[in-house]
Amino acid sequence: MSTTEIGNVPFEEAVAQFDPVMGLEVHVELSTVTKMFSAAPTEFGADPNTQVDPVSLGLPGSLPVLNAKALESAIRIGLALNCTIASQCRFARKNYFYPDMPKNFQTSQYDEPIAFDGWLDVDVPASEDGTGEAFTYRVQIERAHMEEDTGKSSHVGGSTGRIHGAEYSLVDYNRAGIPLIEIVTRPLTGAGRRAPEVAKAYVATLRDLLRSLDVSDVKMEQGSMRCDVNLSLRPSPDAPLGTRSETKNVNSLRSVERAVRYEIGRHAGLLRAGQRVVQETRHWHEDTGLTTSGREKSDAEDYRYFPEPDLVPIAPDPAWVEELRATLPEPPAARRRRLQSEWGFSDLELRDVVNAGALDLVEATVAAGASPVSARKWWTGEIARRANAEGIDLASSPVTPQQVAELQGLVDAGTLTDRLARTALEGVLAGEGSPAEVVEKRGLAVVSDDSALTAAVDAAIAANPGVAEKIRGGKVQAAGALIGAVMKEMRGQADAARVRELVLERVGAS
Amino acid sequence: MSAADLTRWDASRLAAALQAGEVSSVDATRAHLDRIAQVDGDADAGVHAFLHVAGEQALADAAEVDARRGRGEELGPLAGVPVGVKDVLTTTGMPTTCGSRILEGWVSPYDATVVRQLKAAGMVIVGKTNMDEFAMGSTTERSAFGPTRNPWDHTRIPGGSGGGSAAALAAFEVPLTVGSDTGGSIRQPAAVTGTVGVKPTYGGVSRYGLVAMASSLDQAGPCGRTVLDTALLHEVMAGHDPHDSTSLPGPAPQVVAAAREGASGDLRGVRVGVVRELGGEGYQAGVRARFDEAVALLTEAGADVVEVGCPNFAHALPAYYLIMPSEASSNLARYDGMRYGLRVVPDGDGVTAEQVMAATRAAGFGEEVKRRVILGTYALSAGYYDAYYGSAQKVRTLVQRDFDAAFGQVDVLVSPTAPTTAYRLGEKLDDPLAMYAGDVATIPANLAGVPGMSLPVGLADEDGLPVGLQILAPAREDQRLYRVGAALEALLLQRWGAPLLARVPEQPATAATASSTTEARA
Repeated sequence: MSTTEIGNVPFEEAVAQFDPVMGLEVHVELSTVTKMFSAAPTEFGADPNTQVDPVSLGLPGSLPVLNAKALESAIRIGLALNCTIASQCRFARKNYFYPDMPKNFQTSQYDEPIAFDGWLDVDVPASEDGTGEAFTYRVQIERAHMEEDTGKSSHVGGSTGRIHGAEYSLVDYNRAGIPLIEIVTRPLTGAGRRAPEVAKAYVATLRDLLRSLDVSDVKMEQGSMRCDVNLSLRPSPDAPLGTRSETKNVNSLRSVERAVRYEIGRHAGLLRAGQRVVQETRHWHEDTGLTTSGREKSDAEDYRYFPEPDLVPIAPDPAWVEELRATLPEPPAARRRRLQSEWGFSDLELRDVVNAGALDLVEATVAAGASPVSARKWWTGEIARRANAEGIDLASSPVTPQQVAELQGLVDAGTLTDRLARTALEGVLAGEGSPAEVVEKRGLAVVSDDSALTAAVDAAIAANPGVAEKIRGGKVQAAGALIGAVMKEMRGQADAARVRELVLERVGAS
Repeated sequence: MSAADLTRWDASRLAAALQAGEVSSVDATRAHLDRIAQVDGDADAGVHAFLHVAGEQALADAAEVDARRGRGEELGPLAGVPVGVKDVLTTTGMPTTCGSRILEGWVSPYDATVVRQLKAAGMVIVGKTNMDEFAMGSTTERSAFGPTRNPWDHTRIPGGSGGGSAAALAAFEVPLTVGSDTGGSIRQPAAVTGTVGVKPTYGGVSRYGLVAMASSLDQAGPCGRTVLDTALLHEVMAGHDPHDSTSLPGPAPQVVAAAREGASGDLRGVRVGVVRELGGEGYQAGVRARFDEAVALLTEAGADVVEVGCPNFAHALPAYYLIMPSEASSNLARYDGMRYGLRVVPDGDGVTAEQVMAATRAAGFGEEVKRRVILGTYALSAGYYDAYYGSAQKVRTLVQRDFDAAFGQVDVLVSPTAPTTAYRLGEKLDDPLAMYAGDVATIPANLAGVPGMSLPVGLADEDGLPVGLQILAPAREDQRLYRVGAALEALLLQRWGAPLLARVPEQPATAATASSTTEARA
């Protein structure tokens, strides 16, 4: 079915007329050292077909053995998603022929997932265009199951890089057998026109959660987290579910939102024109923001699932599961709420910290003794600016939270002014040592000797008798010129507030 | 000492002579290689038990064992003894074809765990034995490289799928072989060639490197000319393997000790059940006669013999012929010409990977493999799964319950191994159902995962061909097979005065004048 014949309906019109229902399937590559069913290594970016062994190549006679670490990660993910962990479950074989699948079946969980019936609360931010409030959406999780990844085909020749028109294809089996967890939602209903934002917020929340569990790199651009978007429309929330499309490999947060918007418009166009939506797999094109038809599923792909006879049933020890539950990290959203309350930040302030990737850094800086406000200012201000200029992540900045706390401590003690502290930071970033060492080496400390300051103030008054006269006449703001002269004399290493006090005192006295 | 003598020796006698320094492994290996060169022939004539003979490697391995022994190293009881390996187990340095064109010439980059165990035990692998393609068959006629012939009568089948492993023993080409048994492929060939074969408890021997037909049924096992020899090989192969998830943890059964204990011929206190459903109608008269005599001998040896009913065994055959092809259809999907083995590219432009897969499988698989792949694909299809695969699994549970109930009453069960003696080559090739029916007595053990042995109990009067008796024991009680089997063997030997295999006709020397270092055969 060509999408060019029937135009997409503009988004607002589409969601005014139809109720969108989504289903999201997220594949996460676990960051285990070895593969799901063998000891082959899992290094990303290695030369093709070097991260393989008889099992991951599916050689005759080879047999799978479940990676215990992968099972542990799967259970922890299930627990973090508030799922029930199966007391007993099995793997199945999903049979179909494809050159990048060494055995021509995928070993996957089918009707007996390791984790099921969970939920994840998703904080959906206010719409960027101001048309919608922030709200929390509870995503119901149907299941999280274990499976193995396939290899990767690349099609050489032809213009599209796709299999059609290619002269030949190459297959790299390095990815074959990498442990995957597939997390499947129940149909997400009731989101209405916020559906694209809900989808994006869900994937973002899931990504943060998985990162906090330290089970995956969750790098969408490298494919270690991949999202398939199922979408259907129905005339009203009471109507039965419509026919869905499945858009594969939507691999950025922004694309998740865009793909949902696009498919809503496309489905609405078809339905309005009285056409049927084809149940099919669709490809997402990052460059054009369009989806195109993939394989149609109408020939009822029959995967001939049956229990994997080469693996024994999995029956996790309940005590072990409870131990894993007890040692789960605090969920990122709950942690953000707790820290916001502890630090007394506004929503906006917290969002700045989170968006800057500075939450851990601010927390560590506060733990090292700085006030939350000063920690936030450092990390989202000067340090962020410098990291940005260097083109590096905040976390990769060479300054540590301890050093930032120390720097702030020097400011609080009056040893450094804010400006001097920024200079000291420069020294720290340049590798000149701790803040105290930089202050020492560069001679940056504030001149707090009042006799030296008083002498400089007196000299400034003497040099500017007209200004002193104005001040005495009540024009206190004229003091700025004298303060500036003093600060210049002191090469900035003086506390401007103290200088001001002294100026007013000495003018009155003279 | 003449070379012919060494090939007539049992493995245990040869092992003792090797340990005593009376013979060298090189001499023993060369004697067997010469025997293979004399009698094994090729697809057209001779026993054709071997698809590949690794003469040079075997002699080098034998020399290495001799050298180690010369240095006084501690070696296993079978060190230096030649052994043949069914071509369904992966071996580095020699091809693994599974009797199929689709794997012709494929050399595995890794050794099966069993092969590693043989090598670690210092055994000398002389070559790979013939088999029905992917172990699918009861006659070895389904080998893509030509049939194996029964040493008792070259016009007859050697059984299958492991006809090569059994015939090699009966023709004195090698004293021990490794087989695999999915529905009887060790036991039925043993029965029709007058040799001993054991399917261990499922999980008792590693399946890593055993090319899968039906994963939940496949089990590698030992084949020999005597119960004790078979036990010696069993202990080399048995034990937990971390590379096989279905491998049993814990210590392996003490089968050699059981075989030695049984050799006294005393079975007092042992309860033996004769399976009512496996015998009688449909069983050849000569098979029944020899079986009944053997049961009488068990009674004479002091065993308490009773008849035991296993009513669900009647459904075992159809259940097996759903489960086995279902698993096989999936296990054999990997042979698609993409990575290894045969690749057939159809003529024309714009050929797709799918077309290459289809053409490769069409050309590379034989008729019986295609039949089972199609059958299994159908049985697993949506809408049929519950009726076929699902029901078959329920039957499997019922068969297991029959065994549980039976073993509540008796220590071992006995039956004829096969309903008939060796039939003629070609006789059932066009009647798969008739051929499948020959597995009726061996299949229940695979469905339930219990161990089984076949051992020779004489020759049928009507055709003078060997008859096998099957012993079955509860899971992880493999040693019971050896105790009862060794006792029966000892009593029969007393009666016969010489082993049954002494009566195998002398094999005709083949036209093939291959030397002992012949590498490629097929």
